[in-house]
Parts: sequence; C-alpha cells; structure tokens
Amino acid sequence: MQHLVMNSATPSSNWLLWLRNAAILGALTVGAFYGVAELLSPPVAQLKSDPGLPQAQLVDIQRTAQAVDADFAKTWAQQQLQPTAKTDDLTLVRRLSLALTGSIPSLQEIRMLESMQRADVPQWWLSHLLSDRRTSDYLAERLARVYVGIENGPFLIYRRRRLVDWLSDAIQQNRPYDQVARALIDSNGVWTTNPEVNFVTVTNQMNKKGPDEVKLAAKVSRAFLGVRIDCVQCHDGKLGSTWKQSDFHQLAAFFGQADFTLNGLRDDPKQNYKIRYLGKMEEEKVPAKVPWKSELLPATGTPRAKLAAWVTAKENKAFARAMVNRMWALLFNRPLIAPVDEIPLDGPFPAGMELLADDFLSHGYDMQRLIRVIVGTQAFQMSSQSSDPDYPVTLAAENAWAAFPVTRLRPEQMAGSVIQAASLSTIDAETHVLFRIKRDIDVNNFVKRYGDSGEDTFDDAGGTIPQRLLLMNGNMITSNTSNNPLINASTRIGMLSPDNATAVEAAYLSIFTRRPTPAEQTHFTSLLATSKSRGSRSIAMSDLYWTLMNATEFSWNH
Amino acid sequence: MNTSPCHSPAHLARRTLLRGAGVAGISWLTPLADILAVEAEAAPKGKPARSVILLWLGGAASQLDTFDPHPETNIGGGVKAIPTAIKGVNFAAGLEQTASVMQDVSLIRSMVSKEGDHERAFYNIKTGYRPDPTLIHPSIGAIVCHELPEAKIEIPTHVSILPNQWPARGGFFGAQYDAFQMYDPKSPVPDVKARVENKRMDRRMEGLAVVEQAFARGREANMDQTKTLHQISMQRARNMMSSDQLKAFNVTDAPAKELNAYGDTPFGRGCFAAVRLIQAGVRCVEVTLNGWDTHANNLEGQATQVKILDAAYASLIRDLKKLNLLESTIVVCGGEFGRTPKINNVGGRDHWPHAFSMLVSGGGFAGGRVIGATDPQGEKQAPEKPVLVEDLHATVQDLLGIDYSREVMTPVGRPMALSKGEPVKELQAHA
Repeated sequence: MQHLVMNSATPSSNWLLWLRNAAILGALTVGAFYGVAELLSPPVAQLKSDPGLPQAQLVDIQRTAQAVDADFAKTWAQQQLQPTAKTDDLTLVRRLSLALTGSIPSLQEIRMLESMQRADVPQWWLSHLLSDRRTSDYLAERLARVYVGIENGPFLIYRRRRLVDWLSDAIQQNRPYDQVARALIDSNGVWTTNPEVNFVTVTNQMNKKGPDEVKLAAKVSRAFLGVRIDCVQCHDGKLGSTWKQSDFHQLAAFFGQADFTLNGLRDDPKQNYKIRYLGKMEEEKVPAKVPWKSELLPATGTPRAKLAAWVTAKENKAFARAMVNRMWALLFNRPLIAPVDEIPLDGPFPAGMELLADDFLSHGYDMQRLIRVIVGTQAFQMSSQSSDPDYPVTLAAENAWAAFPVTRLRPEQMAGSVIQAASLSTIDAETHVLFRIKRDIDVNNFVKRYGDSGEDTFDDAGGTIPQRLLLMNGNMITSNTSNNPLINASTRIGMLSPDNATAVEAAYLSIFTRRPTPAEQTHFTSLLATSKSRGSRSIAMSDLYWTLMNATEFSWNH
Repeated sequence: MNTSPCHSPAHLARRTLLRGAGVAGISWLTPLADILAVEAEAAPKGKPARSVILLWLGGAASQLDTFDPHPETNIGGGVKAIPTAIKGVNFAAGLEQTASVMQDVSLIRSMVSKEGDHERAFYNIKTGYRPDPTLIHPSIGAIVCHELPEAKIEIPTHVSILPNQWPARGGFFGAQYDAFQMYDPKSPVPDVKARVENKRMDRRMEGLAVVEQAFARGREANMDQTKTLHQISMQRARNMMSSDQLKAFNVTDAPAKELNAYGDTPFGRGCFAAVRLIQAGVRCVEVTLNGWDTHANNLEGQATQVKILDAAYASLIRDLKKLNLLESTIVVCGGEFGRTPKINNVGGRDHWPHAFSMLVSGGGFAGGRVIGATDPQGEKQAPEKPVLVEDLHATVQDLLGIDYSREVMTPVGRPMALSKGEPVKELQAHA
C-alpha cells in the first residue's frame, strides 16, 4: 500500500518501473528464442558437480536393495511369475521426477542428462533431485496431507504453509525421521514461530477448549504407526479386531493436557481427558496408556513427550514400517501393504517390508537412504511392459511387484506435468517468481476440477468423464498447447526444429520422456510434412501436443 | 464386464437429427420436452420405479427443528410447530410448503444409524453399509445404474449436484459408476465444448489411436476396460459433448416463474435441474444442501436452511407430479444423522444417529404415512419402530424392482448383497 502511494506521488519512479519491466520482458523473450534453439540442436551439457554419495555408501545401499530383490524373487518363484526386464534410463528418470517433484522432467533436463554419457544416469538424477528444493517441497506437501490434511483448519491458530515449509526444510536437511515425528507430537509454543505445533493446533475445534484428543490419537496411530486404532472409538473391535474401545481413548489421553495459552501450545498438568464409554452412564477420567509394548514408555516427562518417545522407540518397529510403506507408496504410487495406514502389528508382512524397515531403523531413520534403497530395487527399476507381446503383463504379476505397476497419476502430478511439458526449460526454484506464482494458481485450479482426493490415498480408480473433458477441452490444456510463440513449447518446437522428425521427437521427449516408435514417427512426421505454411504447421504441432497429453500414457505412471 | 453401464457406446447424432426436424431446444413443460425425454413415460400403477432423486441435508439436519418437532418441551429448543397435510402430524415452522405436499410424501421419524461422524455416516447413508477398510461399497445411485443399465442416454445417468466432500461413488462397481459432479446449474457444465472444429478433432483422434497402440503393447489386452477406463471415458465424454441432452443441465432458459418457485438458491436450482435430468432419462440425481451442522446457535442455523429446503423440496414434488414423473421417481430427503435432543451450552445441538427423520416419496412409496416416533422428553434414546439405514436402502431397491438380496462378487472375493436390509412394507403403496 505504501509503495502505491509513493509511486503515484513520484511519476518518475513509475516510469523507471515500466522501463525495468520492459527490459526484463525483452530479455526473457530474447532468452527464450535463444534457449530453444540450443535445446533442439545437439545438446549442451550443464553439468553441476556430482551431488552423489561416496562409493562405499552406494555399495552398502545396493547391498540392501539386493537383499530385498532376493526376498521378492522367492515370492515370484512361488507364484511362478517371470519378472519383467529392467526398463530404460529415461523411464526411470520420468518415474523419479514424478514421484519426487510431482512433475515430469523438462526437455532441458533430458537433453542435459543425455549429454552426460555416464552409465549411472538414473542414480545421478536421483542424487540431483534429492538436493533439489522441488523434491523437499513436494514430499513435504505429500506428508502434510497425512499429518494435517488439506483443509486450512482453524483460523488464527493454524498455519499450514508454515508446517509445510518446516517439513520441507527437514527433508532438505535429511533430518532423522524420528526427530521429525517427535517434534510434531511433542512441541510447545506459537504456531507461527514453531511451525511443528500446527500438527496439534489444526485439530482445535470450535466450542471446545484445547486440541481434539480423538483426532490426534487417530492421526498419531495412522500416520506414525500404520494402525487404524480409531475404528474402536465408539465400541470394542469387531470382525477379528482385538482392539478395545479403551485402547483408543487411553491413547487419546496423552493429549489430554495439551492446551492453548497466550504463549501458544503447552501442557497443563491440571487438565485431563474424560470420556463416557459405551454402556456406561457417567463420564470417567481416562488414564494415558499405550496399546502395546508399554515397557517402552518412559517413566517421566509430559504425557506428549512420553508418547513421542514411545512412538519412535527403536523397539517399536511399527513406526519404521509405517514410513517404509508410505515411502514405497510415494515412489510407486501404490503401497506395499494397502491401505497405506493399516499394517498388521505382528505380520504377516509381504516381501521387502521387514528388510526395508530394519535398514531404515539401523541407519537412524535416514529418509534419503530409504528412498535410495527402494529406488535401487529390481521392483522399482523393472519395466511396466512385457517385452514379449504374446505374454503380456498380468494383474497377478503387477500385484506381486513382478512388473512395475501402472497407476493413475495424482491430480497435482497431472497439472505439474501439463505445465512442464508446455515449457521447454525447467520450472524450478530458479524460475522467475511470476511464472511460479502463475504455475501455482494454474495447478490449484486444475486440481480442483480434476478432483482432489484430499488425503494422501493410493487408490487405483480409473479415469472419469470430467477428467477427460478437462484434458480435452479445459483451459489449461488449450492455453498450453495453442499457437503461442512466446510461451508454448509446441509452437516454438514447430518454428525452430530443423526438420519434421526432430520436431516430433522433441514433442515426445517433452511429454512422454521417450522417443517415438517408428510407427508413431511416421504418422506424425507425415502429418507435419503436409503442413506447408507456418500457420498450418503450428496447428499441426498444437494437435500433436494435444494428442500426446490426451493419451493414457500421459495420465498414468508406468 | 459391461463397460458402458449408463451410456450407449454407439453414439447417435441426435443433434443433427433434431436440427433437421427444426427443433430449437428443450422447453420446460411443453410437448417438445417429450421429444428429448428418452424414457420419461409415466409408470403405470405398480410398475417399478425407474429413477431416484436424493436430497442430502449435509451436516445433519435436526429432526427436532424440521420434521419431528417437540415444541414446549424441555428439548424443544424454541421451535414452533405448524400442521401438515397429514392429520395430527406437525412440522417446524418454516416448512409450510413442504407441509402442504405431505399427502404425496411419507415420513420416517425413526431412522437409526450407527455412525456419528459426518464422513462415516455419509458413507453409511449413501451405500447402506458401514465403512469397511477392505472395500468401498457402491452408493445407491451406482447400484441403480449397475442394475438398470440405460442404453439410450448420452449424458451421465448418475449425477451429483453441489456435491460435498463425499459425492456418490461407484465403489467396487468401478469409477465409471461414480456420480458426475456439477455445481450451481446457473453456470453451464464446464469443458463440454470442443475447442477445435471436427476435422481437426478427427486428426487428433487418429493420432491418439496410433499412440494408444504403442502404449498397449506388452500390457493386458483389456487394460482400458478393467483398469484405466481412459479411452472408454473419453468416448463417453465425446458422446456427451455432442448430445442435445446436455441442455437438461442448464436452467438459465427456464421461465423465471417456474425456476423462482424453487427459491433463488444454488440448491433450488439444483432441484430444478434434477427434475429436468430425470425427465431426460437420468437414473439418479443427488443434490446436497450443506450447512446443517449447528453445534452452536441451532435454532437460527436450522431455520436458515429450512427456508432454502422448503421452497425447493415442495416445488420438486409438485413439478414431478405435474409432469407425471412422481410415480416413476423415488425422492428421498434427509441428513446423514440427526441432532441431540439436549441443547449444549452454546445453544447448539450435537450429533445424534439414534433417531432422526427422513422424507420418502414417489416411485411406489405411499403418501401421507408416518412411521416411528421419538420420545418428546428426549429421555429414551431408541425410537418406536426403528428403521435402519440398510432397511431404507432395501426399500428403495425393492421399489425399483431390484433384487436387493442378490449377492454380487466383490474384488476382494467376498460375495456381498446389494443391501443387507429388509424392505419396510408399510411405506410401500402397493405392498
């Protein structure tokens, strides 16, 4: 507001501002044309120093991954399944970008990776992404959905954005996961300066003093322990469940002293948690007790501190398993055990689970290592397609991880990919802030229309009519694929490619992260060949972009 | 597997046909509408119902401030009662129009649910089953579309207008049975206009066939049918784009007088659109009116929503009757549970699944009947003649001619009855 007043009072600064903006726009335009020519001509490497781990650590990680492979191999042999072959490097690069940044790689990135000529491109790319802010931001958002959902929560005492930033910092710094969990469960202070307290404050309810113990107990058990103990909130367990109603409420009682004061969240020893059990007439005070391994609960400390210590105790393996299952789900778009937050306490566990949980535990809950181990497995690196069309991939093979599962991309992955594919260069932290703001707005609008599933679920629902309508006729696809030489990749590729085959290839790399098959190359090259004028060529390129973005291959992870 | 449950895969060029006949468009309450109404003939007496309208009072309407008031008692909460068309039965003041159509409507005052959380209760009331971590049950609209496939319609036959967070789903029948979601019918259905002319569209689709072939190599032959539903839903979306039945979604061309009778609200327009959609052959429409979750200031909060509901509900019943559609269309109206007899210390009522009210009408439901009663003093939790949520589902399916007890195989390999309830014969006109 102050700026506006100043500007209107001094016309000269207005003029300067205009000149500066014009200069920036001009530079961007020139840069854009210059940049695209570079992308289409033989690639120029922009190698940064190798951000990877020391060789010894990589070998150790690979050893664990191989143990997991052997575990899976036993299952495949039992079920007489033949795993698919290893997939190509670009497909792995695409999977990693989608899982870790929520978007496909840019043409710029693909050209750079291809120019590196090294044997371990996916490995290098993984190291690069783990040091990229896009990764920590995206993973933080996915985890925040688990911890606090997507709602904006109670006004004044909840700042979701701050929590996401705090999580992103933790992931970027590779803070041990047990420390992250402990901070979320047991921290005090104000929601703005101590972002981790938002985990508790989000549950504050209107008309009720303090946070909601029931919601917190459900969240702690589901998110950190992979147990749906909240099913016994109203009655003892049924259908084979051995949980008692009291198990749940005794867990909730650990939050009974949490309260809001002028200094933010703190514990008030004078308070306690009361509930009226099913079949009882009176409310009763509920003691804070854990539902299993009570010997791990420390004798001293505030109730929340004790709970945090118990949840993250090394002997409480449910904690490690819950993160393994979730990280597996983030990387494959499908958890090892479904649903993602319901893991049996005493097994039986599927192949891979115990080995991965042990490795995660014995390496100090190192999340980046966990990602590297999972990515190193045969299961992650295999093709989703059978190389022999006479013996196509079966559902049984997919379910046993003998083929990489084909799963539907999440709405924000779709939106991120549409925007990235329409831009030849990478949209990341280096991108101009105005582009990034526009991107965020576009993504939000798209996700709302595409259908946000809210919580971080991993269901394999098929495509719907509204989604197809949005991809065929929606604003985002239309504006990102139409004739626009300033912004859109389709137009620029069409204008600047030396020949039709190069233009088709660039479109395929931008959208599918692969080269066209001979049949595809022939079809689209001949279409471009019949478009003689610049206008009709631009229309043909726009149609090619539209076609690829409306294909199954674009909407599904593979 | 039937891959196009609610649609014809063979697209009829209806638009061209009608243009040739000199027909300009749909018109409300005129013979012209009959041309477009695919199968809107009235059902003869005793013939099964063919469609369903569900009006959800999301957040949970208070039975005590709507259809089951107990004024002048210690649980009355300041509510005033008015008489209805059913002798001896009173409603809360504000429901005057609804009271006047009760000869065509029956009232259940003893609905019982076991779910007191909004999400779980919505799941329960829409599917007739309680949430189960191992599978997702289909909602009633999905069951209707699955059991009574409709070949002649090009728009989605399962529609959710103004959906809340939990729109009706296809569950284990598949996402193709999910409700098509739309918002205030004042605005046109988004993204149904093609951005390019036909010739370019054809070129795009030809290219797509080449691309899809490459992706299908080495994968399950019927992956599109069993998993991605990508090309199937694309074809259905294209059918819809060129269909004249799309006009049923649009209320802006309706005469102001008829539209305004429903109230100038999104819910009112949603109910108006629901009638048009049913007329065009849609199987199931749900319309949601949220805002009933009055944990504070219950009396005012409920009264505000009652005003929106009253005009819309009564107009919907009247128009369905006028159009001879009420006999073939079931209308169910209610919340996911009720609200506590006891008023809390901020003048609110909390969640109460133990006894709440539901209106049922049309499609073979009797009119003017009341079933069940709650304790006027609010001391007894259980109502007289309880009707379980699953019983309501069985009743609705029974009236549609669906064998509600038929077991279908779920993806987890467990057979599951379409409904585990029993029909409430007392509510059926021809039972």
